Amino acid sequence: MNDKTNIHRRIAISKFWDYTFMTIGVLSTLIGFSVLFALMSDLFVNGMSRFTYTFISSYPSRFPEEAGILSPLVGTTLIMLVTAFVSVPLGVGAGIYLEEYAKKNWLTNIIEINITNLAGVPSIIYGLLALGLFVYYFEFGQSILTGGLALALLILPMIIMATREAIRAIPKHIREASYALGATKWQTVRDHIIPYSMGGILTGVIMGLSRAIGETAPIITIGALTFIAFLPTSPVSAEFPYINFNWLFDPFTVMPIQVFNWVSRPQAAFHQNAAAAGVILLAMTLVMNGIAIYIRYKFRKRIKW
Amino acid sequence: MVEERLKAEVRDLNFYYGSVKALKDINLSIAEKKVTALIGPSGCGKTTYLRCFNRMHDLYPHNRYEGEIILNPDGLNIIGPDIDPIEVRMRISMVFQRPNPFPKSIYENVAYGPRVRGVRKRSDLDERVEKSLRGAALWDEVKDRLHDLAFNLSGGQQQRLCIARALATDPEILLFDEPTSALDPIATAKVEELIQELKEEVTILIVTHNMQQAARVSDYTAFMYIGELIEFDKTDKVFTVPSQKLTEDYITGRFG
Repeated sequence: MNDKTNIHRRIAISKFWDYTFMTIGVLSTLIGFSVLFALMSDLFVNGMSRFTYTFISSYPSRFPEEAGILSPLVGTTLIMLVTAFVSVPLGVGAGIYLEEYAKKNWLTNIIEINITNLAGVPSIIYGLLALGLFVYYFEFGQSILTGGLALALLILPMIIMATREAIRAIPKHIREASYALGATKWQTVRDHIIPYSMGGILTGVIMGLSRAIGETAPIITIGALTFIAFLPTSPVSAEFPYINFNWLFDPFTVMPIQVFNWVSRPQAAFHQNAAAAGVILLAMTLVMNGIAIYIRYKFRKRIKW
Repeated sequence: MVEERLKAEVRDLNFYYGSVKALKDINLSIAEKKVTALIGPSGCGKTTYLRCFNRMHDLYPHNRYEGEIILNPDGLNIIGPDIDPIEVRMRISMVFQRPNPFPKSIYENVAYGPRVRGVRKRSDLDERVEKSLRGAALWDEVKDRLHDLAFNLSGGQQQRLCIARALATDPEILLFDEPTSALDPIATAKVEELIQELKEEVTILIVTHNMQQAARVSDYTAFMYIGELIEFDKTDKVFTVPSQKLTEDYITGRFG
C-alpha cells in the first residue's frame, strides 16, 4: 500500500515536469510565431495602398505615388538566374566529388572544414571579394554578372553541404547493389546517386537562392545603383543571332536595395512603398521555400529506406 | 573432396581490413553448378570471404587481398591486382542480406544490369527482364505491374526481385549473403526452393547463419571459425560425420 502511494507520487512529479516543459515549449513557439506574424501584418497594412499593377510595372520615381519596382524586380530575377546557373553546377559537382570520389585524407578534411567555415563568413566579405575580383580585376563592372557571381559564391558552400548531406543519406547497400551489378563509378553516380539525392539537392539549392534573394550587403559593396529607371538590354532581339548576353554587363538594382533606398527617405509615402516592396520580397522568399518543401515531399514519397 | 568440375579455386587466400587479418590461408574449391554453403558463428569471416568473390572490398579503403581465386574455365585471378573489379562483377553477381532494390520500377531494377552491359534495344531488355523474373519465380506476381515501384512489393518479393536483378546479368557464379535473414519462413522457403532450381544453371555460393538451411540447400559445406576454414566437405558428410571436433560442436549447437 505504502509502495503504491509512493509510485503515484513519483508519477505525479514526473508528469508535472512533463507539463512544465510542454508549456515552455508552447510559449517559445508562440513568441516566435507572433513576432513574425506582427512583422508581416505590419508590413502588409502599411503597404496595402500600394498593391496595384502600376506598382509592379513602373520604374522608381521621385514621386512616391508613381514609383514602382519594375527595375529591381527584373534585376533580382536576372541576378538569381546568374547565381543559379553558376552555383548549382559548381556546388553539386563539388559535393558529388567530395562525397563519392575524393579519398578521405587530411587534404579533404581541410577542404571540408573550410567549406563549413565559408558558409559562416559574413556576406559583406563576399561583397569585398567580388569588388576586388570581378569589378576591378576582371573588369566586369558593377553589373548583373558581378552581382550574380558574388551571390553565387555566397551560397556555394550551402549548396555543397546540402548536396553532400543528400548523398550521405543514400544507404551503403544501395551503392553496393549498383557496383555489384558491374556499374562503374560514373554509372552509379549518374543512375543512382544523383537521382536519389535530387530532392535534397534541389531543396538546398532553393534554400540557398532564397537566402541570396534577400542579400543586400554584398550587392551594395560591389556598387549596385540604388536608383535605376531603365531595364537591362533585352536578351532576345529581332536580328541575328536573336539571343545576346549584353544584359550581363548592364547596371542593375535589386529588391532589398530598393527597399533600403525608400526607407531612408524622409517622406512617409515612400515608407509605404518600402513596405509594399518588402511584402513582395517576402512573398517571393516564401514561394521559393514552399517549392523547396513541396519538392522534398515529392521525392521523399518515392524513396523509402 | 570435390568430384565435379571446378568453377573456382581459392588458393592461400588472406584478407586484411587495414592491419587486421580477417581471413587466414583459405583453400577451397567451388564445384560448378552446385551449391556451396559457408557456415560459422558471427564474425567468423564468411561474409568477408564471400565479398572477395566480387571484389566488394575494393569499394572501401585500406582493404588488401593476398593469394588467388581462380575463375574457370579461363583461369582469371579474381583478386589479381591488375584485374579490374568491374570485369569480375560483370561475371559474378550478388544477392545481399537485406533486400536492396533501387527506388525505381520493378522493370528498371531488373533491366539495370543489362543496361550497364550496353543493352539498349527495348525488345532485348523486355526479353531479359521477363526471363529473369521467371527465373526468380516472380513473373506471375508482377507481370501486370512491371512499372510499379519496387518498394511496393513485400519483403520476400523484393528479395526475389534482387535475385532476378542478379540473374539478368547472366552470372557465372551467384553469391548469396544470408539472403533469407530478413524474411519470414514462407518467403524463406520460396527463396530456398529457388536456389535449388537455380543451381541447374549457375554456380551458387551461399553464406548462411542457419545450419538447417545449409543442410537443406547445399551440396558442399564449408565451416569457418575466426577467419579460418575448419572443415570443407560434402554437406551430408559435414552434418553427419564431421572430421573436426570444432565443426561437431558448432553443428550440434554447443556454441555459436
